[in-house]
Amino acid sequence: MGIEQWLGLLTGIAFGFLLQKGRVLRFDKQVGALLLKDMTIFKFMLSAIMVGMVGILFLADQGIITLSHKPMNVGPILIGGALFGAGWAVMGFCPGTSVGAMGEGRWHALFAILGMIAGAALFAELYPFFVSTVYTWKDFGGIGLPETLAYSPWIIVAVFWVVVIAMFLFFEKKGL
Amino acid sequence: MQSKTNNGGWSPYLAGALLGLLAVLSVYATTQLMGKSTYLGASTTFVRAAGFIEQMFVAEHVATNEYFVKTRVVVDWQFMLVTGIFLGALISSVSDRSFRLEAVPPTWQKRFGPSTVKRALGAFGGGIVAMVGARMADGCPSGHGLSGMMQLSVSAFVSLVMFFSIGVVVAAFVYKRRS
Repeated sequence: MGIEQWLGLLTGIAFGFLLQKGRVLRFDKQVGALLLKDMTIFKFMLSAIMVGMVGILFLADQGIITLSHKPMNVGPILIGGALFGAGWAVMGFCPGTSVGAMGEGRWHALFAILGMIAGAALFAELYPFFVSTVYTWKDFGGIGLPETLAYSPWIIVAVFWVVVIAMFLFFEKKGL
Repeated sequence: MQSKTNNGGWSPYLAGALLGLLAVLSVYATTQLMGKSTYLGASTTFVRAAGFIEQMFVAEHVATNEYFVKTRVVVDWQFMLVTGIFLGALISSVSDRSFRLEAVPPTWQKRFGPSTVKRALGAFGGGIVAMVGARMADGCPSGHGLSGMMQLSVSAFVSLVMFFSIGVVVAAFVYKRRS
């Protein structure tokens, strides 16, 4: 293993540790969020985004790191996003948490992992077809919200923080 | 806000904020040590895993398939990241005694009963659909949900809206008893 692999492994161990401590790996937490009964995974994800966005946008602003926006390709984002949402609700895990759920003993996640490997193999076969169909509708490329809205990223971050804190207060008030 | 939850875990706000710090540190470290800013993600690893398995049976097909060629079937940073998630969750759950062998989760059992086979089929079938979607959308709740949102990517906002809105509709349909 080279430095790239070691770095990935160590980062992953910390990632998995925090996912498990936050108790967000479990099927009941994931499906609980989709049933709008338990907002634990929202609290966890949104907290991570709030902190992470400040650091990442700052480092990018200083030219220390580079941003890498995934393409806003309308067809695949809408259809792929919908398929993911549907599969996620039944599976009760997402790709990252399935592996973590195995780590904390929830071994039915193994079938989710196998299903996702099969899904990846299926996608590899269907890729040429998708490229000539849904991928051709409208591709805006890798774009960020600041340049799209012509606002400073820091204004967007401030609005994001205010909205998310309001959501957190609402969750706590409702005991979600 | 409590720093501990009643299931022995950490406050999701605290654990989430620490993950935010980890995400920043990770982008910095990959930029410095690998020469390329690399963001947290998970779903591409499943393509590589499929590639490795197919290589055992149809190696020449993997070598010529457009998507496998584009993705490159190698053990890269993200592949080890996903391996690390397993280990990190194992270490955390064994050390705080929250490790449990579970075949059928409570919410599933309430709706579909205790059958392990039914749960396995649901997980497998859901996994196929979800991964076709994640690869098409070019990301999952890690790549879009965490990394994309942190960068304020437009694709992340739209993907997350799709993930959750369709997820909420399908979950309501699947888990609520029709009475």
